[in-house]
Amino acid sequence: MIGVIDYGAGNLLSVVNALNYLKVEHRLIKKPADFKGVKKIILPGVGAFGYAIEQLHKKRLFEKVYEWIMLNKPYLGICLGMQLLFERSEEAPGIKGLGVFDGAVKKFARCKVPQIGWNRVEIVRPCPLVHQSDNHLFYYFLHSYYVYGVLEELIVGIAEYNVSYPAIINKGNIYAVQFHPEKSGKEGLKLLKNWVARC
Amino acid sequence: MLTIRIIPCLDVDNGKVVKGVQFKNLKCAGDPVELAKYYNDGGADELIFLDVSASIEQRKTMIKVVEAVAHKVFIPLCVGGGIKTKDDMRRLLNAGADKVAICTAAIENPVLIKEGAELFGTQCIVVSIDAKNMGKKWNAYTHGGRFDSGKDVIKWSKECEKLGAGEILLNSIDRDGTQKGYDIRLTKSVSSGVKVPVIASGGAGNLEQLYLVIKYGNADAVLLASALHYEQLTIREIKKFLYKEGVNVRW
Repeated sequence: MIGVIDYGAGNLLSVVNALNYLKVEHRLIKKPADFKGVKKIILPGVGAFGYAIEQLHKKRLFEKVYEWIMLNKPYLGICLGMQLLFERSEEAPGIKGLGVFDGAVKKFARCKVPQIGWNRVEIVRPCPLVHQSDNHLFYYFLHSYYVYGVLEELIVGIAEYNVSYPAIINKGNIYAVQFHPEKSGKEGLKLLKNWVARC
Repeated sequence: MLTIRIIPCLDVDNGKVVKGVQFKNLKCAGDPVELAKYYNDGGADELIFLDVSASIEQRKTMIKVVEAVAHKVFIPLCVGGGIKTKDDMRRLLNAGADKVAICTAAIENPVLIKEGAELFGTQCIVVSIDAKNMGKKWNAYTHGGRFDSGKDVIKWSKECEKLGAGEILLNSIDRDGTQKGYDIRLTKSVSSGVKVPVIASGGAGNLEQLYLVIKYGNADAVLLASALHYEQLTIREIKKFLYKEGVNVRW
């Protein structure tokens, strides 16, 4: 059973639609009790860093998610769900993220913001998420902020948008992607399938 | 590198795609889901559905169309036409649209852009601008190109950005339906004045024109309708051509 954290993120439905399409059993997690029986969680996200953290606290999910990650249980962060893994973001000064990895979140400069569209991801080390994917790894991105200062050993894929930045990171059972697999056509569905089956 | 998006635009009336979309290999001509799949398989980077229904009753079917498409096609989906309120936006986004495009409502009630951006995020809010050449400048028109709002397009696009628009869908009324090529000067004037992406629309007819509006108009995306629907061009051949010309595309 896969749990999708529901804190009011805009793209929740797209993720759910994709899981339905892939015939993957899932449930929404709206409160701590919903974690029961869940083996893997997805933290989706389009929206603001500050608002998301606030909602996670309000629904008493922040601690649960934090513990989950600390116990190295299977996690997939999507877009904001990747950024929330870090301690701070320029988007919400003073608000503390999950802070499980070193690094921070910064706004794109000297280019069109948000970055909207398909960007190519260069894979720098093998990873089950991109198992059997070819070299044409285009995914759909939609974001104004990116993570930087990430330990090199965590980085699986890199994208370029005025700067080079991590697009896929992984440590143990914790995976996160800056793009939207649920909106990245066939390649995106393949990535989700890989995560469900192999990560 | 971010790629240039190629976006087919489908007009939907009372739940059916209208305006010359008649592919031989599709079972049900005019079925939005079939067409969305067709363009997705063909390499479309995003889809725009424009609701051209005349009545509110007919508009309700758009929600069902969006739901059905979002269950089967996993690329970004933008919906426009007849959106007047935050609730209209919410209904479409909840049905599975990733973005909503507003045109007349944005001009009549600019605060809607701001409220929409605050509620759903700037990335959800596309402001569509119907621009008409007035000689030395362009004016933004409302109601499907019928009325002159008196607003200067360049100024209006900047205002939209400030209010929280995540993208500008820029349509040249003068070129729309002519297949004479995009208005490059218009696109460049708007694109260089804002930091949000600009989708060029109106006038697509051949490959060269697409290249020109990207290269010289600084378009971040191009919208096509009849040129694709009548199979004058395919997305594959567009991308092949653009790639050869050195434009970044997804293939």
